[in-house]
Amino acid sequence: MEGLVGGSYHSYVGQEAVAVGVCSALAREDTITTTYRGRGQHLAKGASAYRLFAELLGRVDGYCKGKGGPMHICDLETGILGANGIVAGGISHSVGAALTAQMSGSRQVAVAFFGDGAVNQGVFSEAMNLAALWNLPMIFVCENNLYAEMTPLSSYVKNARLVDRAAAFGMVGEVVDGNDVEAVFRAVQSARTRALDGRGPTFLEMMTYRLHGHMLGDPETYRSKEEVAEWRARDPIVRWKTHLLESGLATEGRLAELEQTLDAELASAAERARASLEPGPETILEDVL
Amino acid sequence: MSTRELTVAQALNEALREEMLRNERVFLMGEDIGEYGGIFKVTKDLLKEFGPQRVRDTPISEAAFIGTGVGAAMTGWIPVVEVMWVDFMAVAMDQIINQAAKMKYMSGGQTSVPMVIRTQGGGGRGNAAQHSQSLETLFAHIPGLSVVVPSNPADAKGLLKSAIRRNSPTIFIENKMLYTKRGPVPDGEHLVPLGVGDVVRAGTDVTLISLSRMVDFTLEAAAELENEGISAEVIDLRSLSPLDESLVVRSVEKTNRAVVVHEATRLFGWGGEVCALIQEKAFDYLDAPVLRVATKDVPIPYNRALEKQTLPQVSDIVQAVRSQLG
Repeated sequence: MEGLVGGSYHSYVGQEAVAVGVCSALAREDTITTTYRGRGQHLAKGASAYRLFAELLGRVDGYCKGKGGPMHICDLETGILGANGIVAGGISHSVGAALTAQMSGSRQVAVAFFGDGAVNQGVFSEAMNLAALWNLPMIFVCENNLYAEMTPLSSYVKNARLVDRAAAFGMVGEVVDGNDVEAVFRAVQSARTRALDGRGPTFLEMMTYRLHGHMLGDPETYRSKEEVAEWRARDPIVRWKTHLLESGLATEGRLAELEQTLDAELASAAERARASLEPGPETILEDVL
Repeated sequence: MSTRELTVAQALNEALREEMLRNERVFLMGEDIGEYGGIFKVTKDLLKEFGPQRVRDTPISEAAFIGTGVGAAMTGWIPVVEVMWVDFMAVAMDQIINQAAKMKYMSGGQTSVPMVIRTQGGGGRGNAAQHSQSLETLFAHIPGLSVVVPSNPADAKGLLKSAIRRNSPTIFIENKMLYTKRGPVPDGEHLVPLGVGDVVRAGTDVTLISLSRMVDFTLEAAAELENEGISAEVIDLRSLSPLDESLVVRSVEKTNRAVVVHEATRLFGWGGEVCALIQEKAFDYLDAPVLRVATKDVPIPYNRALEKQTLPQVSDIVQAVRSQLG
């Protein structure tokens, strides 16, 4: 640990199939909002690893010029309206993006990513109602990783089927295996078509698991090692690789090659980000109004 | 310049209508603003003219429709959101304080939130503690928000039009007792910039600093004081953020005394900020301590007589000035 990253860091490891499956089914013009656990979605939506790393380090080449940090990544070019530090804080922003898409007739879809913990903030229910009422082109992607921060699902809801909430608002809802990238892709594809056909929003409950702690340094006293190991066996990346190999879509050699290229790209992005400049004090007063 | 007599509600309605005609991306959201025209009739007939796309009735979901406004603003539209009572803003503070106010800064300037949240506050109608507050200070304390609090029809119109054209979020707080107040409004395009206060009465002995409904009370007090041979200058700040600091300082340099008058409760109210400003920038000019006249530090009581005694009255202002000169 070199202490280069400020504040808390929230890992996305274990949930990758959700980000990749969802964003692969979207167009570049479609917009997303995410929580602070958003780097996976940002990369999948097309954000540059270099600028993400630079923002993590608080440098000028970061997406937010070092003033937002990992919790507030935003990139309008790729339709990332913003990551959010409040668990349900960004959902209604996607309602707004869906509303302007509808009013402009722009055939864009707005996607809100959020965790299971977010469904108990009032604004989630308000946003669900509003999106359903106005028949907006929107997809609610609930990444149910079974824990709201450190508290298990069973300790904070009577009805653990979060998808049931959709029916209450007259919205289509579906449970999806969030560790199966193809299943995620297909579900989002049909939700997107529904949205663009003017048939309104969809709620997708993606069943997944966060393999790391809530944040870096989380002692994870609230779950057993056995439980984590069980989910590790269902790691979405391993599953997808196995599928590719078994179905003959790729060879071990090709996958190793791709992995190597990707690792090298990320390492180089991280290395370059370390060389990006620190923002000067004059930027403190910029972009307030 | 030719003018017409309008009420504050009519002046605000004109501002909305003109800006909606000027820019087709300006649209309205709020509770009962469509067919019903808003509880104080500010959006009267706009649904008829602009249709349900641009004049949207919402469920009673302040957090979601303000948040929807944030998202709409980030994607290129200009929402003007009506929150029926300023007290209801409290249920949506995350969207106002953590979201709207900070989006531009947090995104390194990539996004902005050109949104106006119109609401109304103040006591005087027996609406009791959850429908009578003056909460402008809460918002003025948050960097990233502008706060406008108009006192008359012409300013209400000109400031609202300017707020709608601003590329950042503005909290626009009207006063429920002023909607039927009449006054001259200039014909044609009428814009009032934010951050420019108005000397509504010139004087030499004391500066009375105020805004919204308290401007009328302060003017009444100034008229009474004149009978006693005291010449009071009255400043209507018009917006709290940005604050017209130099207007206040220049006036105090001339009069050497100041009394701040606000309907917000006294403790940690914006009067304290103005007092600090005066002592920082005009200390050597002061002949007396700067005083504050404000609402008592209690929730607003329902009983009309108690309510009146809780809110600042003209006699309180007169008394404060007398004590300063005495």
